[in-house]
Amino acid sequence: MAEITYLQAIHDGIRDEMERDPSVLVLGEDVGAKGGVFGVTEGLQKEFGEWRVLDSPLAESLIAGVAIGAAFNGMRPIAEIQFQDFIMPAVDQIFSEAAKIRYRSNGDWNVPMVVRAPFGGGVHGALYHSQSVEAIFCHVPGLRVVVPSTPYDAKGMIVAAVRDPDPVMYFEHKRAYRAVKGEVPDGDYVVPLDRARVAREGADIAIFTYGMMVHTALEAAGRLARDGFECEIVDLRSLRPLDHDAIVASARKCGKVLVLQEANLAVSIASEVAAIIAEDCFDYLDAPVMRLGGPEIPAMPYSPPLERFYLVTTDKIEQALRDLAAY
Amino acid sequence: MAVTKTDARDEAGLDAETLRAMYRHMLRSRLLDERMWVLNRQGRAPFWISGMGHEAVQVAFGMNLRPGYDWVAPYYRDLALTLVLGMTPRDQLLSALARAADPNSGGRQMPAHYGCRRYNIITTGSSVGTQLLHAAGIALASRMRGEDAVTFTSCGEGATSEGDFHEALNFAATQRLAVLFVVENNGFAISVPWEKQMPIPNVADRAAAYGVPGIVVDGEDPMACYRVAKEAVAHARRGEGPVLVEAKVLRLTSHSSDDDQRRYRPAEELAAEKERDCVARFRSQLEDLGVLTASVADDMRTDLTRELDRAEEEAEAAPLPEAETAMRNVLAEPAEGGERG
Repeated sequence: MAEITYLQAIHDGIRDEMERDPSVLVLGEDVGAKGGVFGVTEGLQKEFGEWRVLDSPLAESLIAGVAIGAAFNGMRPIAEIQFQDFIMPAVDQIFSEAAKIRYRSNGDWNVPMVVRAPFGGGVHGALYHSQSVEAIFCHVPGLRVVVPSTPYDAKGMIVAAVRDPDPVMYFEHKRAYRAVKGEVPDGDYVVPLDRARVAREGADIAIFTYGMMVHTALEAAGRLARDGFECEIVDLRSLRPLDHDAIVASARKCGKVLVLQEANLAVSIASEVAAIIAEDCFDYLDAPVMRLGGPEIPAMPYSPPLERFYLVTTDKIEQALRDLAAY
Repeated sequence: MAVTKTDARDEAGLDAETLRAMYRHMLRSRLLDERMWVLNRQGRAPFWISGMGHEAVQVAFGMNLRPGYDWVAPYYRDLALTLVLGMTPRDQLLSALARAADPNSGGRQMPAHYGCRRYNIITTGSSVGTQLLHAAGIALASRMRGEDAVTFTSCGEGATSEGDFHEALNFAATQRLAVLFVVENNGFAISVPWEKQMPIPNVADRAAAYGVPGIVVDGEDPMACYRVAKEAVAHARRGEGPVLVEAKVLRLTSHSSDDDQRRYRPAEELAAEKERDCVARFRSQLEDLGVLTASVADDMRTDLTRELDRAEEEAEAAPLPEAETAMRNVLAEPAEGGERG
């Protein structure tokens, strides 16, 4: 058991799967000699060669489309999109093709592909290196969408994603890469792709969130604990499918709910979680479901005060929790 | 890159038997295609999108591929190709009538959205051009495993305006992948003529930009198509990289059963095209060459029509899918585990 970064955990999971299964390959911009712009695939090309760690041209539809093709022909590709912000040219391949191939062939074909992409802000990345667009993928049946928040889950979920027979969107919060460290066991393990995790137990307010926001929520919950309010924090981990039972269990247990995310709120993960709670926990609620997320502006601005305005900070979460507690 | 024509037999190992087989494949597809239109106009099949006029080049490539070993990422006009590879009129009629046993999609997709794992024909949707990248990925996998399989992919000239066309050619050429890019240029993207889609006369001229061979062939000339197909397949199989083939074909029907090309094409042009139809021309050519007699050709038609009648009866009798099965095959179902289905 060693303490490693979130980034190292993803790297280790990919490396182990490449060693275990010769059909696993990595495809993306700068994934080879450079090891990716964040360094997730560092050293892999040296170990596994230029075919299995393939520097693609700068073309996102190509990355997804070629990965789908390789998957048709027996491979298990891991496609890296350099930033989630730039995934849009690949969306036709992901929505119209990958997500529908099992369905439209009535099970004759399937696409065991992973698409990885870093998302999230707070790194002075401005509009086009800060976005959180995971919700649009969650609308589409035929895809799995996961966001690990800890190194343990990051490794266990990338391994599970590679082994899964269907397309998995695996999103990594870029601020977590080096900021989040944690214990990861040596050797082989998987974390299921459809289960939430209780990151903190409590009985007063249930917080549902994912990604880097789990850590921000933990800080805010710590502040409330000093005043005797115990928050339960549910790390959703899987955004599609959402772990319905875990959401309902914690919402019913606490009776008050805060749904948190970095992305803006309209038609989002938070909307869906709130809808599940409205449908299945109505009689158990002691307060209206509260949601907290980014503002309804096109994306995160660059200048520090503007960026801070966008972000859901510990202070903002603390205030929301106190409002809920007082309801 | 002149238009390749042929007026002599036996230039590419085209013996009499091969020529007759080619004609039979073309006629089989044509008769099935005509039947699809009948079913549509009778109100029994809501949609059809035809391959009439495209048969020669499809048959030429199909006969030069190894079914089940080579790979095929087709598009919606490739009826003849699917039949050469081993699919049957019955298979495609099950699809037209949206039956549960349709091997393409179990009645989920519109007809002419081909796919059949048994013959390495990948499933295809309605977005044009996406399959070109799949072909590049398939060829990448073959290359990584050291196999000499080739991957055929096709599209109309309309799809060559999509970014995926460029991305696929660029990648396949850069990595020297064994992909045959076959553009079946019928001159129209639904109603928009080629002159309004591109500034140069040939799609194949773009091959120069990728450093790959670009070949224009008369898609109504089966023997020329066969020769080009044979050479292109051999080139790719030798590991010399992709080839871009542009077959100038005729669209002898409207874009689809929901279109009426008389609204945007002059009657004289449509009448003139019928004279150049590859199926009729090939028959008289083969009769002139003495490899096909009128009576053999007529018997062939009778046999194929009989096969078609039986196929239609069987497809008609086959059950529709149960409504609840609409929920199946979204993701792997639990019993399937982690392995490919």
